[in-house]
This record gives sequence, C-alpha cells and structure tokens, in this order.
Amino acid sequence: MRKDFAWFVRRGLLLCAILIVCAGIIGTVRADRYSTEQWFDLVAFGLTLGGVYALIALGYSMVYGVLRLINFAHGDTMTVGVFIAYFVARGLEHTKLFETSPAVAVAIILIVGAVVSALVALLVERFAYRPVRASGGFAPLITSIGMSFLLQQTCRGMFGSGVKAYPDPGWLQGSMRIGTFSVPNVEVMVLCAAALVMAGLYLVVNGTRMGTAMRATAEDPRAAVLMGIDINKVIAFTFLLGGLTAGVGGVLYALIYKQVYFMMGFLPGIKAFGAAVLGGIGSIPGAMAGGIILGLAEGIGPTLILDGLGIPAPYQLRDLFAFALLITVLICRPQGLFGEAPARRA
Amino acid sequence: MLHMWEMPEPRQLAERNNTIPVILQAMARPMLAGLACGLAGLYAAFVGILVLMHGRVIIVDVLTLGQCVLLLLGLAAGAKSRTATATRAILPDLARGAVAGSVYGAALACGLALFQIAFLRTVLVSLSPELRRMLSFGLESGPAMVTLVVAGGALGVAGSLWSRLGGEQRRATLTAATAVIVAGTLQQLLQTVLQRFSFTKAIGDLLFSWAGLKWQGALLVGAVAAVVGSLWPIAKREFGARQPTLHALLSDNRSAFQLALLLLGLSVLPALAGPYIGQVLLMVALYTLMGMGLNIEVGLAGLLDLGFVAFFAVGAYATALLTADSSVALSAYTSIPALSFWLAVPIAVALSVIVGVLFGLPVLGVRGDYLAVATLGLGEIVRVIVLSDFAAPILNGAQGILQVPRPFVGSVELSSPVSLFYLTLVCSMFAAFVAWRLQASRLGRAWMALRDDEEVAQALGVNLVKAKLLAYGLGAAFAGLAGAIFATMLTSVYPNSFNLLLSINVLALIVIGGIGSIEGVIVGAILLVGLPELLREFGEYRFLFYGAALIAIMIMRPRGLWSTSRPSGAMPGGLR
Repeated sequence: MRKDFAWFVRRGLLLCAILIVCAGIIGTVRADRYSTEQWFDLVAFGLTLGGVYALIALGYSMVYGVLRLINFAHGDTMTVGVFIAYFVARGLEHTKLFETSPAVAVAIILIVGAVVSALVALLVERFAYRPVRASGGFAPLITSIGMSFLLQQTCRGMFGSGVKAYPDPGWLQGSMRIGTFSVPNVEVMVLCAAALVMAGLYLVVNGTRMGTAMRATAEDPRAAVLMGIDINKVIAFTFLLGGLTAGVGGVLYALIYKQVYFMMGFLPGIKAFGAAVLGGIGSIPGAMAGGIILGLAEGIGPTLILDGLGIPAPYQLRDLFAFALLITVLICRPQGLFGEAPARRA
Repeated sequence: MLHMWEMPEPRQLAERNNTIPVILQAMARPMLAGLACGLAGLYAAFVGILVLMHGRVIIVDVLTLGQCVLLLLGLAAGAKSRTATATRAILPDLARGAVAGSVYGAALACGLALFQIAFLRTVLVSLSPELRRMLSFGLESGPAMVTLVVAGGALGVAGSLWSRLGGEQRRATLTAATAVIVAGTLQQLLQTVLQRFSFTKAIGDLLFSWAGLKWQGALLVGAVAAVVGSLWPIAKREFGARQPTLHALLSDNRSAFQLALLLLGLSVLPALAGPYIGQVLLMVALYTLMGMGLNIEVGLAGLLDLGFVAFFAVGAYATALLTADSSVALSAYTSIPALSFWLAVPIAVALSVIVGVLFGLPVLGVRGDYLAVATLGLGEIVRVIVLSDFAAPILNGAQGILQVPRPFVGSVELSSPVSLFYLTLVCSMFAAFVAWRLQASRLGRAWMALRDDEEVAQALGVNLVKAKLLAYGLGAAFAGLAGAIFATMLTSVYPNSFNLLLSINVLALIVIGGIGSIEGVIVGAILLVGLPELLREFGEYRFLFYGAALIAIMIMRPRGLWSTSRPSGAMPGGLR
C-alpha cells in the first residue's frame, strides 16, 4: 500500500482515537465509581440493544447486498408493524392471555409485527422501488427517502402523533437471578427472541433454494439471471425476510422502551444501518455482529470512556459513541469488520 | 461487470390457458381501476387528509378540495377503465366506466361501513365524525352506501365519456380544472397579493369571496385557463411564422431563456407580492444556496454527503456567537468586540471551509455509499455535541443563542423578509456563477473525472486529495454562508434546526432538480421548499405530500426535472 497523505491522516486519527479511549478507560478504572453489578447491568443492556439493532440491521444488509440500495424506509416499515402489533397487544390485554400464558401472548405480538412489516416491505418494493430500479443514479435512494416520509406520516395520520405506552405484561417486569447478578426478564426475552430469529434466518438463507438464489444474486446479479434465477422473486423475497426480522426487532425495541410513536423507526433505523455497515454491509453474520458491537459500545462506552475523561452527563453523548465507532471503522476498514473488500467501481 | 440494471428481463411465464369467462375478462380492467382508485380514496380518508382538504373551500357553497379529490378519483376510475386495445364502441365503454365507478363507490361504502366497528374508532384517530358526515352526505348508513355506489357509477360513466374526447379537448378541460383547483387552494395567498394594488383588487373581488372562489369566478378562471391553454400552441406557431429569426433564437437558447425568465420572476415577485411570499422565497433562495454547495460535492465531484448540515450549523453558530447581543456571545466574555453581520460572514464562511476540509480529511479514502454513511455519522456527531452539556458553556446547549442582530446597509436595517431575500438572492446567484464557471474549468473537469472513475482520474494526474478537499471546502463555504443568513433571519440559533432532515432535504432537491445542473437546483428548491411553505395550512401533512412527490417524480423523471443533457456517469455509491 502506498503511504499517501490519506494514509497518514487515517493513521493519525486512529492513534488519537486509541489514545482517547485508553485515557478514558484508565480514568474510569482509577476512579472506581461503579460496582461489578452495575457493570454487568450495562453489559446486559448493551447486549439487548445490540440484539435489536442486529435484527433491524439484517434487513438493511440483505437489501443492500441484492440491490445496492440504502433502504431509508426500512426503519419506518418496522414502525408500521410495531403499531399494528401494539393494537393487537391492546386487544390481548382484555383476554387475560398476558396473565395465563405470557409467552404465547408475546409470541403473538411478535408474529403480528413481523408479518405486517413484511407485507409493508413487499408493497413498498413492488410499488415504489421496482419502477425506479432500472433508472440507476440517485433515483432509488431518493425514492426510499420519500417512502420513509410517506410511511411516517401515514402512521401519524392514522394512529395519531402522541406517544403510546406499550402494554406491559407483568411477567416482563420481573427479573431473573443468574449467580449473583439479576437480569430483567425483558432483556432475557429479547435476547432469546433475537437469537431464535437470527438462527432461523441463517437456516433460511443457507439452507433453502430461495436463500441460495439470494446469495447468488448478491454475489453476481447478471450471472444469477443467466443461471435462471427470477430476479424479481429474489428481490421480493429479500424484502420479505428483511421485513420479518425488522418487525420482530421493532416490537422488541418497543417492549424494551415500552412506547410507540410514529417517528420511532428513525433513530434505531439509522443506528441499525450503521451496525450493518460496521459489520460489513451485505454480509449477514456481519450485520449480526455489527449490531451486537454497536449495542455494547452504546451500553458501556459512555460510562467506560467518557466518564473517565471527566465529561459531564456522558449518557447524552451515547449516540456520538455509536457514530464515532462507525466512522472509525469506516476510515480504517471501509468494507466493515466482516465484509469483503469493495470491488473497484467500473 | 455489467450491472443488474442492464440485465435482460427474466423469461416470462407462458400465458396460461384462459378458462375464465369472457365477460369477466372484459371487466377485470375496470374493476382493477375502480379498486385502485377506491383504495386511494380510502387511504386519503384514513390518513386524515380528506377531512383536512374538506375544510378548504374551492367554490363557495359548491365544492371543497376534499370533494374535488373524491370526484377526480371517480372520474379517473372511469377514464382508466379502458385498455388501449379495447374497441372504441360507446356502449361497452360506458358499461366499463359504470363498473369501474361502482367498484370505486363500493370501496368508499366499505370505508363508511367501517365506522360501525367501535374497536376501529379507538385505533384509527382519523375516523372522525366529520369524515363520516362527508362520506355519507348526512344520510343514514344504508342509503348513504347505496348513494355512494350509484354516484360512483355515474362518475365512472362521466370519466369514460371524457376519455373518449379528442386530445385537444381533454387537455383544455384538464387545464381548466387544474386552474380552478389551484386558484381555490391558494386563494388566501392570491387574495392577499391581489388586494395590494387597487387595479388588481377589482379582479380579486370579482373572483373571490372571503372563503373561496365565487362560482362565477370559478367559471371565469376555468374558461380563461381553457382558452389560454388551447390557444398557446397556435400562438406559438403564429409567432414562429411571423418572426422566424427571433423564434429560432429563443428555441436555440431555450434553457438560458427559461432560466432568465425564472430569475426575473423570482426577483420581481417578492417586491410585488408582499412579506409572506417574500418569506417563502427567502427559504427557497436559502436552500438554493445550499443546493449549489452540495451540487459541487455530489453533482460534480460525486461525493455523496449526508452530513452537509454540519457546515450550515457552523456558519450559523459562528455568526451568532460573533454578532449576538447576549450573555453567551463571544463579546460577552472575551475581548472580541461584537462584530457586524458583514464582518462576521467572512469569518463564518472561513470557519465553515476549515470544518469542511477537516470533515473531508478522515473520509478521503471512503467511497460511495460508505461515504454517505460516514458523512451522515459526522453530521449527527456535530448535532449531538451541540446539544450536549459538554459543549454548553460555549454553545449554550438546547437554549441556543438569541438576539442575533439583522444586517445593516448604511443605516438601513435589512429586517423584512423581502430585503433579506434580495441579499440571499445575490448570494445564491454568486454561488450559481461560481458553480457555472467551475464546471468547465480545470478543477471542474478534475472533479468530473474523479466522479466517473477515481483510479483513472488519479492515473491521469488528478490530485485526489486536493480535488476532494476543495470540493468539501467549497460546498461548505456556500453552506456556511447560508447558515449565516439563516441565523440573522431567525435572529436566533437553536441546535434543533440542524438535523439530518436538512441534509436530506438539500440532497433531495438537487436530485429532483436534476443532479449536476444549476437550473435544476432552483427548480428543486422551488418545488421542495417553496411549495411546502405555501401549503403550511396542511401542517404536518406537508411531509406526506413531500414524500409522495419525491417518489412520484423519481418514478416519472428518474433523472430529475431539469437534468443536464450531458450523459452523467454520476452513480451514487456502488450502483455500478
């Protein structure tokens, strides 16, 4: 590699980042203000958040892999699913299902959220993305931005602009003891659900004919068509899978923060997109790992590093952390942690 | 590698044997058309825009905008009920129209039936009594549903009749209807403009009453629009015959001529039309200025930047800190005196350029979509820092900086939106001039080479680092200038003004206008900034229309409304 100007800038920045991180960690460790239990809580919360980011990131990553499109509407597709799932949950509250078998109730909500998000994703693909697919340029990107506005405002118009409190089944409020630590049930449930969905997705993508077709298309679309793959079907299938995982992720996100509103898809969407890039966009294991890493960085980063530097209210700078991590990775390893080196654009 | 956009369509499945009865086949198209229009109507109803539009009167005591939408949808169902290959016999046409219209009416009737379900009323906030009243014409549910289906059928028949008219007549009727609807929707605006002068006041009083168009006024507007619309091509042909040299001159320099007209209109209009239009145009000019900056980055150099708002914020904050008359300004606790706007602007622009270059430095090696993400992250970092307690001692956190003074020319304060508009107009014309001169310059060609292929550009001797940093710096300069004007326009600066949406908005407007084209920036700004400002009464629903417009324009004109004729190889990251 030629050591040009950009190379020195990159190295310099990396060095600065490492120095700041080290200074922060040393400062925090020396101050010793937090107990082991508190650290454990932070890690558990970070992991939970990471699981959700990973689920949402999968959709971005898969769509990007097949279409080379940053789907800005992905987070909002999720919001629609979360809203419908919210109304189902409200309905379930009357049936006492939450008391008798909470696991079934939560499963129902998750499935409803996933199915609705998947349907919306399919509709969006068919009526907005397919017509602009062939035009190239910035058209698909701007269309996805427009779609994001449209979905957000549709939710606002139909369901109102207020923040709605998600039903909170009593079962989720308790906590579980693992050794000397206690973990809230929500976090256990979210992690289990996220792991299940990711395992399922892995099986679908690697074990079925359609999954193989999807990977082939991501690898080389033209060759895939020559091999007799129906590209429209593959793209629809990709959006379907992305919608399903995002729906589950969205409902879990709503269960963690216990609220729904029409803009809720925006920030997790952006961050999940960051997670997808972090892990190497287009790579499915990369999206999972990226999500977890981002969640963890957000969970422990502010306390671990900024606290040590004596910066006031480190929690406010939580988002900064996620983005700084993202940029550092992009600068030093543009293809992401698990991605292949980007092909030279011709 | 050829990309997938260039791939042949996959082989279509062989037509299946038709076993469906012929009559059903013939009715499939009308039913689909009716269903599509019905779903569109229901969507409008359930999102809540229908009720909102119902509140805007087009013709007093006759028609509201909401009713217009429903009527037009019914007509569209009828007009779209015929396939291009179908025979043009009148009776089957009418039958098709009737079927399409009735399906449309039935869909609306279904929507009305949903009101019976109590659970849905708690879910959908838009199922309001007003909507019910509007859809049912004040009737009971049963009769109302029958009426809807019958009225839908009648509309469908009318629509199919309209589609049988000749092209000329269809265009004339469409122009007339559009003119009436636009005049009615923007009546407040038009009336305030017309009331300003005594000779136009008479026209205003003739056309409008306080609530909307009078019915005589509507007829007049429609007739004038139809006549002008149908005479225009004839007049053009006549003109071409009488003044062939002038005509040729105009059509040869068509785009320059149109641009000149556009600029002339933009510069004269606010002086005539008053402060409200002035304010709207000020926003348009401000976004044009930013669009010129981003156009250099994205359109010329191909650097997809979603953190553009950061430069805007730097310009605004620098101006505010340097000029403000408050306890958080620099003059309050340092020895720097409070500067005037004109002295602060160069400093703000210089700071923006520095930030732009600093911003560009780390992402020099990042390309395409990755660059979009990296810059998005940088932009968000700026926002988070500005909002945090960490930077609060200097930037005053969420409270922002107040009491930023207005610029003075001599002893005249530029306080009205119109005067600020002219300031911004001069700035954005300057930006356009710079962009135009740069396009064909050595640097501009280097940028375009860089955009089309980085490796080749480097091999041909383009200094990538210099070219990229210059693009970031210049883009940032214009954004910083816009930020400075923004600060003095609001006389205050709040961190919440500087979010990702602004970057997205600027990117959207240059793409909608036609990426890389200078006129396109103006057109995009008028469409995406000016129009939403005019539709303020629709509140948050503006963004709904905004999103829908983005999608519609991209589907119909994927290269933008005013795209450059040069084949542009500017593909955003990885599309090729």
